[in-house]
Amino acid sequence: MSARHLYVHLPFCASRCGYCDFVTVVGQDGRHAAYVDALLVELALEGDILAPRLESVFLGGGTPTLTEPRSLERLLRALPPAEEVTVEANPETVTPAVAALLREGGVTRVSLGAQSFQPRLLEVLERRARPDDVRRAFAILREADFDNLSLDLIYGIPGQSAADLDADLSEALALEPEHVSAYELEAKPGTRFTHAHGEELARQADAMESYFERVVAGLTEAGYRWYETANFCRASERDLRSQHNLAYWRGWDYLGLGIGAVSTIAGRRWRTTPRLGRYLASLQAGERPQRELEELPPPVRDSERVLLGLRLDEPLSLAGLGDAVDAAAVERLERLGLIARKGSSLTLTERGRFLGGGVTAELLA
Amino acid sequence: MEQSRIRNFSIIAHIDHGKSTLADRILELTDTVTGRDMRAQVLDSMELERERGITIKAQAVRVTWKGHELNLIDTPGHVDFTYEVSRSLQACEGALLVVDAAQGIEAQTVANAYLAIENDLEIVPVVNKIDLPQADPDATAAEIADLVGDTPDHVLRISAKTGDGVAEVLDAIVERIPSPTGDPQAPPRALIFDSSYDQYRGVVAFVRVVDGSFEAREPLRAMAQGTRFESEEVGFFSPTMRAAESLGAGEVGYVITGLKDVSRLRVGDTLTSERTPAAQPLPGYKDVKPMVFAGLFPTDSDEYPDLRDALERLKLNDAALFYEPETSQALGFGFRCGFLGLLHMEIVRERLEREFDLDLIVTAPNVAYRVLTKAGEEVEVHNPSEMPREVERVEEPYIKASIIVPKGYVGQVMELNTERRGRFDHMEYLSEERVLLVYELPLAEIVLDYYDQLKSRTRGYASFDYDVIDFREGKLERVDVLIAGEPVDALSLIVHRDGAYARGRMLVDRLREEIPRQFFDVAVQAAIGSRVIARETIKAKRKDVLAKCYGGDISRKRKLLEQQKKGKKRMKQVGSVEVPQEAFLAVLNLDGSKK
Repeated sequence: MSARHLYVHLPFCASRCGYCDFVTVVGQDGRHAAYVDALLVELALEGDILAPRLESVFLGGGTPTLTEPRSLERLLRALPPAEEVTVEANPETVTPAVAALLREGGVTRVSLGAQSFQPRLLEVLERRARPDDVRRAFAILREADFDNLSLDLIYGIPGQSAADLDADLSEALALEPEHVSAYELEAKPGTRFTHAHGEELARQADAMESYFERVVAGLTEAGYRWYETANFCRASERDLRSQHNLAYWRGWDYLGLGIGAVSTIAGRRWRTTPRLGRYLASLQAGERPQRELEELPPPVRDSERVLLGLRLDEPLSLAGLGDAVDAAAVERLERLGLIARKGSSLTLTERGRFLGGGVTAELLA
Repeated sequence: MEQSRIRNFSIIAHIDHGKSTLADRILELTDTVTGRDMRAQVLDSMELERERGITIKAQAVRVTWKGHELNLIDTPGHVDFTYEVSRSLQACEGALLVVDAAQGIEAQTVANAYLAIENDLEIVPVVNKIDLPQADPDATAAEIADLVGDTPDHVLRISAKTGDGVAEVLDAIVERIPSPTGDPQAPPRALIFDSSYDQYRGVVAFVRVVDGSFEAREPLRAMAQGTRFESEEVGFFSPTMRAAESLGAGEVGYVITGLKDVSRLRVGDTLTSERTPAAQPLPGYKDVKPMVFAGLFPTDSDEYPDLRDALERLKLNDAALFYEPETSQALGFGFRCGFLGLLHMEIVRERLEREFDLDLIVTAPNVAYRVLTKAGEEVEVHNPSEMPREVERVEEPYIKASIIVPKGYVGQVMELNTERRGRFDHMEYLSEERVLLVYELPLAEIVLDYYDQLKSRTRGYASFDYDVIDFREGKLERVDVLIAGEPVDALSLIVHRDGAYARGRMLVDRLREEIPRQFFDVAVQAAIGSRVIARETIKAKRKDVLAKCYGGDISRKRKLLEQQKKGKKRMKQVGSVEVPQEAFLAVLNLDGSKK
């Protein structure tokens, strides 16, 4: 029982973006230090779950780079070393000082939340950064010798035309990032965002149907590898895939620290309380924070292996997963040209990948 | 009882015009029930009877009035049972025609009054609810007098609610309605006018003895069907079941048969004795055939055995209900059921859903067709998907429809009937304000949403009744729906040539809206034979992914996929296309909801 992948959640944000569904905390600047203290206590409590040598650490948020610098520095120094250490950053928070802090703290990779290069669309998303902030942040990080940068893009934004999307893609490509994550905007029912923009999105639904294809075409034509449903990396001698996220998609164990963080270890999954006050209080008392526990019996784990594995461009070996997959569905989907079989492994065809969710639902027994 | 002291009658009234209340007052006034026992509407109260452990509804109640035996015979209350009503009326010598003083005559009243006149019944016209502030007894009396060919001063004016005038009604029954005139010495003959099933006692026949007499433990025979049995008990209701030594000529009562199947004793048949059988049955027996058919399918295929059991149990008490197993590739296992008409269908469906707690899909109803194939074979078709593609001639049932409306709506009704291939027969002014329109229409044109249309186009003022008259040849076409080239049996229709194109278009448009996009393009077509009359394409899905999925999302995404998977299981497979059950429902409701 030892995990080689560690996730650390840093929830603080300057403001909350309408579409965001992560655990975030706004306006608690005074508690950054206490939160990092708590993280370190939690790390000590769970330390024996971690392998002696980690493959990846991922600091996600929230806005990790908004964390008060001395606390962030303290955290980075205390975390166990790993081959890949990623930090998420919002462009407007990236300064030479922050870049240096990250570099010195052992960070090897920065994931920048650009989302779009159109001021109008950034406003719809309630993002604080302007297009110039993204370019400046990129330059600062390059200056600080970061050679593995990722850009996040969002498409399907209310009011986004196909031309807007193409412009975003070429702006992103101009920065030559090692990695791009491109997500379709999810307007979840009942959220403030959907309330404000739902009608517009419904009106645009037909027009936006091609956006996913446009994103994939734009990036692959520029030499990027579409290695996961929403993730692309530059083809290179180096493996520029996100090693941390690959661990999720391959069904490997990971430990999560911080509020709302999820861990999956040896068939059990738990989620730490998303409530900051409770989290701090427990750890200040030296106790484990409250958790929601989910047992993952073997059939569930097998289903997850299929649903995660099929997101990747590498073949999924069905060895030991036979019962999770419906044999008749395999035949049917193969006939429809959505999946390809090679020996005992399965890959989605290109069209299959565009329909990956539905295909997976059909494949699962 | 001497025949001269017997009076047999029924009450003809539109729903809510006061039939049950009048029956209650009659029972009270004749001391058949005491005030203490009196619960409102004894005759109609199935629940009350159930409490007493009787599952047999009293179809005839015997009361005594001034030394006379009066039998009140109940008639089924709605249009689909015209034949049953006519049998009940045949058991009587007279009828009270009750009309609400505030509402006036309704189409159903007219239809049943004509039925009574055809059966040579003495009609005692009654205006009820004269106590209501909005009552117009004079106008109503004039309407009734006109309808039955009587004079307005001969029309009784009562309030069944207050009891005002009810004694006069009883007197009029004795004075005006003739006594029975059968032959007490002749071989026994009794008309079966209703039957019921009791789980302990089997089939109970309600009879009107015409000649001779009937006793318990006597071998009997139903003459038309040839069913033989021994009577276990004879008696009458007053108001509860009372055994009697015999039922004599002119009397009304019940015979407990011990039979286990209501369909072996049909309404209209004649009972006679095996020992001294009558030479001729009573006239008028008809083998009633279902005219309206629909497929009934359980929403959840696991409920198929429950549906079968429920139909079996309903059939015990409803000889007119017909059903046979049907398998639809779209809807699974179910039954093709035959009904006397739309209301009968509604009643059966409601009972299945309420009493048996079943969740049903009912396909669009269709009528029975008589088909002559090219091979010269005559077949009756109950299901559009069984209609032979090569036919010489198709005949469909026609009805005579009576519609009563305020005169301002005559135009709207005529327009509707013209749209529905109706043929105008005639029109009568029942009063200055109200008009009776008589049309001949194909039954197929009213089984869908005719009644709703009639109501909405006349703001609810129209009343409607119909009777099947005959079968006539029609230019009818079978329209099939194909999804990705596969015909969908549950959606086949038989329509008149003139309406085929529009109907096909409507079906195809609706399906395009209802069928979710698939992994491939899906053609939806409506076709007559090999000729496609409407076509739409449901474009293939271009994307179907969960945008992002990291360590914190896995459980949620897995649950989403499980949901999606469950949704797929509820889909019906048509060839390679998954069609949600809702799509079938939407299309089957085509006429009911959207137009």
